[in-house]
Amino acid sequence: MNEIGLLVQRLLDETTKTSVGLFVPELVLSGTIVAMLLCRILPLLWRVPAQWIALLGAFTAFAWTLCQFDQLVGGTLHATPIFTGLLMFDQFATFFRMFLCLFLILTITLTVLSGIPDREDAPDFYTLLLGATLGMMIMASANHLLMVFLGVEMASVPSYAMVGFLKGRKKSSEAALKYVVYGAGAAGVMLYGISLLAGLTGTGSLPEIGHRLSLIVSQGAGISDPIVRTIVLASLMVLVGLAFKLSVFPFHFWCPDVFEGAAAEVAGFLSVASKAGAFALLVRFGLAFSGGSAAVSEIAFALGIGIGVLAAATATFGNLSAYGQTNIKRMLAYSTIAHAGYMLMAVSALMVMKFSKHGGAESTAVTLSCIEGLIYYLFVYLFMNLGAFAIVALVRNQIFSEEIEDYNGLATQCPLLCFGMALCIFSLIGLPPMGGFFAKLVIFASVFKATSVHWAMWFVLGAGAINTVFGLFYYIRILKAMYLKPRPDGARKVSYDLMPVGLFVLMICLPTLGLGVLPARFAETFNNVASVLLTGR
Amino acid sequence: MFTAETLTSWIIFVPTIFAFFLVFFEKKAVEAMRVFALAGTVVTFFLSLALIGQFTVGDGGMQGKISVPWIASWNINYQLGYDGISLTLVVLSAFVFLVSMLASWGIEKHVKGYLILFLILETGVMGVFFALDFFLFYVFWEVMLLPMYFLIGVWGGPRREYAAIKFFLYTLAGGVLMLIALLMYYFGSATPEAMAITGHSGGSFDLLKLAEMAQRGDIFSPGLQVAGFILLFIGFAIKVPTFPFHTWLPDAHVEAPTPISMILAGVLLKLGGYGIIRIAFPLCPYGAQVAAYALVAIGVISIIYGAFAALAQTDFKRMVAYSSVSHMGYVLLGIAVWKISEVTGVAEGRDYWLMGMNGAMFQMIAHGVSSPGMFFMVGVIYDRVHHRDLNQFGGLSGLMPNYSGMAAVIFFAGLGLPGLCGFIGEVFVVLSAWNYSKTLAIVSAGGVILTAGYILWALQRVYLGPAYKGPHPEAITPMTSREQAIGWLLIVPCFVLGVYPNFVFNYTNDSLTKLVDTLDSGYQNTPKPNSVQTTQK
Repeated sequence: MNEIGLLVQRLLDETTKTSVGLFVPELVLSGTIVAMLLCRILPLLWRVPAQWIALLGAFTAFAWTLCQFDQLVGGTLHATPIFTGLLMFDQFATFFRMFLCLFLILTITLTVLSGIPDREDAPDFYTLLLGATLGMMIMASANHLLMVFLGVEMASVPSYAMVGFLKGRKKSSEAALKYVVYGAGAAGVMLYGISLLAGLTGTGSLPEIGHRLSLIVSQGAGISDPIVRTIVLASLMVLVGLAFKLSVFPFHFWCPDVFEGAAAEVAGFLSVASKAGAFALLVRFGLAFSGGSAAVSEIAFALGIGIGVLAAATATFGNLSAYGQTNIKRMLAYSTIAHAGYMLMAVSALMVMKFSKHGGAESTAVTLSCIEGLIYYLFVYLFMNLGAFAIVALVRNQIFSEEIEDYNGLATQCPLLCFGMALCIFSLIGLPPMGGFFAKLVIFASVFKATSVHWAMWFVLGAGAINTVFGLFYYIRILKAMYLKPRPDGARKVSYDLMPVGLFVLMICLPTLGLGVLPARFAETFNNVASVLLTGR
Repeated sequence: MFTAETLTSWIIFVPTIFAFFLVFFEKKAVEAMRVFALAGTVVTFFLSLALIGQFTVGDGGMQGKISVPWIASWNINYQLGYDGISLTLVVLSAFVFLVSMLASWGIEKHVKGYLILFLILETGVMGVFFALDFFLFYVFWEVMLLPMYFLIGVWGGPRREYAAIKFFLYTLAGGVLMLIALLMYYFGSATPEAMAITGHSGGSFDLLKLAEMAQRGDIFSPGLQVAGFILLFIGFAIKVPTFPFHTWLPDAHVEAPTPISMILAGVLLKLGGYGIIRIAFPLCPYGAQVAAYALVAIGVISIIYGAFAALAQTDFKRMVAYSSVSHMGYVLLGIAVWKISEVTGVAEGRDYWLMGMNGAMFQMIAHGVSSPGMFFMVGVIYDRVHHRDLNQFGGLSGLMPNYSGMAAVIFFAGLGLPGLCGFIGEVFVVLSAWNYSKTLAIVSAGGVILTAGYILWALQRVYLGPAYKGPHPEAITPMTSREQAIGWLLIVPCFVLGVYPNFVFNYTNDSLTKLVDTLDSGYQNTPKPNSVQTTQK
């Protein structure tokens, strides 16, 4: 009896004294959701526009995570598991939480400017948006298999509803249904994988898995060994769930349909935020194998190679399919698939270097640059992809079309929007001096280093290089339409207010240039994040 | 303010500064914008002349070196400097940009955008010539792509979209190969032995230090040097262009507007030759020597193939474009005539090789003057009669005597008439080729006859004959004073360089002597695998 009391006491202490304090940004977002819904119910408050409440909440959460990150870097806060090890509070997680909050602010601003949820629907829409972000933040800090699943589901369910938010549009509803069915299937497979893994190891805690696995895997056991086979199967099943979120080939089928059906704002949100959360989770899951015996490392190494092959296939498939598209959102959807491929290359290089037999100080440095590259890519990707989708949304409001051929000659009517689009596209192609180039360089450099460990990484590197050229083919079509073609007679005129809209476009597009010209500061910060995650220093 | 160290940065960024201020011009103030942009190119030209004043003749090393850390964690520096090789090309480029700006008065469409892109292009070109950091070099290299795509794509001829994308794709593909080579050298220079030269841990992008390492021989393995050379050579050969990578050139040159054709032929092609001299050879002396015979052969094939192709053209501009392929073949031939003793590996007849190098440099400068001249002359008549069919001209010498005289001088300079600039380079190169292989020297000398053939034949069909047979005879008017000024500006250097070639050799000889020394010792110091000598081409 007394022991239970002590346990409860310790649990309460842990929760109230450390965990809740570090969990404030998430609580702020939850509070914002409640506030928005309350405003809807109470007749006195229903005139308060939901977007301002959402924006306020997002800002508060962002500022809070920024402070946390600053304190973590400064050393006043220390990385610690919270909520009895269900979540991890460290630099890596906090960076992603901050990233997601920043992205939330930008997305809400965009929706305010483009006016996609009308007054009536705004509270619903922002509730879903904040809820999805909350789920992604949990994905980024998940430290337990249970939270892996909860985070993925929490991020997914609001996303399904958001995709179908354009009520009365057939394509939108179809997209949402497709997304739900695919999502449910992937989640089911993932849950099965999780249960296998938890059953094998007897724990759900990610940092423990490597150690527990080495207890059950005998030295030198190959794939014919039933336990090894089960572990591989379980890991693959978990990866299926994540691959779905990342739209990795061959689990990408939902992506173009969903992006075409959803509003551009929602597509932009999904393409960046859910990828960021899923990549954070993937890195955590990959690193869960560390600390095990050589046999466990070997399994993880093989997974890394497999991820590399998937990455190469994803980038190639995405780029090649994008070429035939006439709808700009579909094209951008395939482009996000391709970019997931590039980023996955970093994860592959990370696993390969981390779990290779010839580890050493040098390979640690490479693993750091893998994570640095991944984070840098995501950070640039936030601006370039959101920028592209934002401009698609803003143009759609004027010409009521998302077909590339309707963009013909736009440069003469809205030079600023086209300039922003050009910046984003050059960055997406990966041309210097844009940020997309530097990010790609860091990832390619890590993959190049990984070639010394396993020959298959040459294949991955080659695919990455060729895909850079492939990408040019279709991205340039957008620019060709906007700049090289004349505006047809009688086409709808595009006009926009310079002040809020133009400023916003510049605000999200110019960083793509800034991140390429002055990458030093960010690269160092990200390297530091990686270093804390991988080496604890 | 204008020391040698800062002048380099001024020359690079003055055009950008002017481009920035162009943004604020009233859209209708076309004439003012042109004058302002012209002022930008004039200032740059005078700055480049000032750089000659700062140059110490007799010092073959880098002068006016400046190095500022840019991305410290990657050892990337903003590192500039110049020697005789870059100095001559910088002055040439500043001159060609100035002349092309004068020739741009005829551009009526979207003048502001044209001028801004034009000036940004100049920044990219100057940056490539001054960059002494591989990363920085790559950034400037790709920066040139973007303005060029639009300059061809928006202001070009009927097939401009095709030509623009073709140019973009070829160069980007070359760029990706260069990027892989860049990573190879970066990681190849991360060895402990290399630390003695770099003075820091990790790889290096410093071109001078990388060349020093290559000269030491034991840091970059023969395999790395051969692979690196192939990648770099293809990257640069696309730009030169040499057979078989030349197919973008006729399209791009023909479809580009006249001033841009002048820049393409006068400046951008030189970047390929410069890259081979500055990067491909110094970084992989072993690879260059192994490939020397192939390079010489490619050079000779380009000469002959380009000349035959030019003979077959009926489009005046296309003929001039193919003549560039032929003329640039001499550049590659001159650089590559590196004959070694099979036993000791010491260069045989090193003075001939140096002569070839000097000839190649001179050929670049001479072609940089004569080829824009030829394109300009084609442009003058095209502006009047709006066709370029060689068979529909004739009798222009009677209608436009002044123009015909000028054109004859320029075309004779391209032909290689003694006393004009084209002669010196060709003679030097062919003479040096004699030492390398008598057969190839004879074949390349045959190219001179073919050149005479197509140029004389074209002159005959366009300027001589009884009367003009083509359309728009009424539009044939004498040259305007602006056109005459451009003509004189181009003719004077043709004579000056042809009569007093020391204007170029004075500056290039010391740097090239040093380069030849470095390459020679670099090859000798590289430990050779026994099998490679026989199997490689």
